[in-house]
Amino acid sequence: MRSTASPPVLKRPASHYVGAASFFMLLFGLLAALYVATMQVDYVWRWNRIPQYFAYKQTIETRAEADGEVAALAPHGERRLLTLRSEEGEQTLDVPAEGLRVAVGDSVYAGDILAVEAHWRVGLLMQGLWLTIQVSVIATVLGVVIGLFAGIARVSKNPLFRWSALTYVEFIRGSPLLVQIFIWYFVLGTLFNSILAKQGFQQIPPLWYGVAAMATFAGAYVAEIVRAGIQSIHRGQNEAARSLGMSYPQAMIHVILPQAIRRILPPLAGEFISLIKDSSLLGIIAIRELTKATREIVTVSLQAFEMWFICALLYLILTFSLSMCVKYLERKIVV
Amino acid sequence: MIEVTHLTKTFWLPHRVDALADVSLSIAAGEVVVVIGPSGSGKSTLLRCLNRLETADAGHVFIDGIDVLDPKTDINRVRAEVGMVFQSFNLFPHKTVLDNITLAQRVVRRRSRAEAQQKAEALLVKVGIREKAGAYPDQLSGGQQQRVAIARALAMDPKVMLFDEPTSALDPEMIGEVLEVMKTLAREGMTMVCVTHEMGFAREVADRVVFMDAGAIVETMDAGAIVETGTPEHFFVNPEHERTKLFLSQILK
Repeated sequence: MRSTASPPVLKRPASHYVGAASFFMLLFGLLAALYVATMQVDYVWRWNRIPQYFAYKQTIETRAEADGEVAALAPHGERRLLTLRSEEGEQTLDVPAEGLRVAVGDSVYAGDILAVEAHWRVGLLMQGLWLTIQVSVIATVLGVVIGLFAGIARVSKNPLFRWSALTYVEFIRGSPLLVQIFIWYFVLGTLFNSILAKQGFQQIPPLWYGVAAMATFAGAYVAEIVRAGIQSIHRGQNEAARSLGMSYPQAMIHVILPQAIRRILPPLAGEFISLIKDSSLLGIIAIRELTKATREIVTVSLQAFEMWFICALLYLILTFSLSMCVKYLERKIVV
Repeated sequence: MIEVTHLTKTFWLPHRVDALADVSLSIAAGEVVVVIGPSGSGKSTLLRCLNRLETADAGHVFIDGIDVLDPKTDINRVRAEVGMVFQSFNLFPHKTVLDNITLAQRVVRRRSRAEAQQKAEALLVKVGIREKAGAYPDQLSGGQQQRVAIARALAMDPKVMLFDEPTSALDPEMIGEVLEVMKTLAREGMTMVCVTHEMGFAREVADRVVFMDAGAIVETMDAGAIVETGTPEHFFVNPEHERTKLFLSQILK
C-alpha cells in the first residue's frame, strides 16, 4: 500500500544538527567573549539609556511672567485658556487641562509654574535614520533616471552619446566616493554657492551636494546594470521590432526595456543596498545622517559600544527590508 | 516590386566571408520566390539586406521604387511595408499574442486600440489560432508561435513578406501548419521571398527557385521545371549545375 497523503518528510542527517548546534554555540560564544572582554576594561553596558535617542518625552512648563491672579479658566477643546490678571494688564495663556497646577482665584508670582505638559519628541538617532532614508531614496530615484539614460547612451551607435556615457561611467567608477563627495562639496559646491551669492541668491545647503554626489555615483553603476540588461535581451527581439517599422526609441520603449527591467531588478537592488550603506560617508560634509547622528550621541552619552551596534542594526533593518521588497517585486513582475 | 542589383556584403569577423558577391535579382509583384542553398551561402544575408537589417557594402535594393540602402530613405517606412518572419519567431515574450500583433499597428501605423484589435483578431482567425489571443508566447507550441509571428507581420498590411527559414526551428509535425498559412498567403497574391528547404512548398506555390552558393546566385529555376518523379535527383527536371544537383540530392534524401 502506498501513502499519497503527504509528501515524504525530509530526513536530515545527524551532521545537520551538529552543524546547527555548532553555529549557535559559535554565535553565543562570540557574544560572551565580547561581553567578557568589555568587563575586562570595566565597560558598563547601559542599554536602558538607548531608547531616549529613538524618542523621548520633553517637558514643557508654562510659567507666569508677572505677579498676579488667575482670573479665569475657559475651556478650549482639550485645553484651557488661562487668563492671568496682573498690574500690567490681562494675559491669556493656552495651557493643557491635565497638567494644570493652579485654580481660578489663585495668586501667582512671576516665574511660578502654571501648567506642565509632556510631548514625545523624535530622538537624534531617528532623525538621522530618517535623513538616511530620505537621502537614499532621492539619490536612488535620481540615480535610476541618470543610469537609465547613461545606460541607453552606452549602447548607442552615436559616439557623442556612447563616449559621454563611457567617460562618465569610468570616471565615477574609477574614483572613491569619498573623493567625489569632497569634489561635489568643496569644489562644485564652493563654485555654485559663490556664484549664487554674487547674484544675490540663497545658498544651496550641503545636503543637496551630498545627494548629488550619491546620485551621480549610483547613476554610473545603474548605467552599467542597464547596459548589461539591454544587451542580455536577444538581438532577435530588436530585429523583430525594427522589421515591423518601429524606430529605435520605439523598439527600446515597447520591446527591449520592458524585458530588460526584470533582469535589471536584482542587481539594481544590490546597488541600492550599497547606496544606503555608502550614505554613511555624507557625515563628513556635515549632513547628520544615521552614522553622524550616532557619532554625536556617542560623544554625548559615552555609550559607544551600544550605539555602534544599534547603528549597524538600523542599517541592517533598512537594507534587509529593501531586499525583501525587491524579492517580492521580482515575483510580481510577469515576464 | 523588388529590384536587387550587384549587392555585395562582406563580413570580416572572425575572418573574411563574402556573404554576398554581386547578387542581382528581380522579383515582380505577386511573385513567390524560394531561395535555397547550403548553410553559409548568403541566402539569409540577402533576405536581411532587403529590409536593411544588414547594410550591404555595395549595390542597390529597390522596393516599390524606393532605394532601401540610401541613408536618406526613411527605413522605418520601408520596413512597415515589408513583413519579416524569422527562424526563431522572435515574438515579444512579455506581451500576449494579441498585444504582439497590435503593438506595431498602434505604434507605427497609429491605429486605434479597437481597430488594431479587430485586425489582430481577423488575422488570428486566418492563421487558425483565434483561441490563443490572450496567451503568452511561451504557452504556445513552436508552430503556433510562428503563425502568430506571421500574423504580426501581416497586421502591418505589407506589400512584401520575407520568410527567413520559417520552419527550420520547428518540430516536424508542426511544419505543415505553418506552410499551410504561407501557401494561403501565396495564393492570395502576396509577394513573397522565402528562404526554405521545404521543396514541397516550393513545388506547390513558388514561381521561381533560386539556388545560392558562396554568396552568389548559381541558378534560377522556373517552377514549371519542378516535377515529382519519385527520385530525388529528378525532383527538378533540369538543374544545369552540378552544384545544384548535388545540393538537391542531399536535401531531398
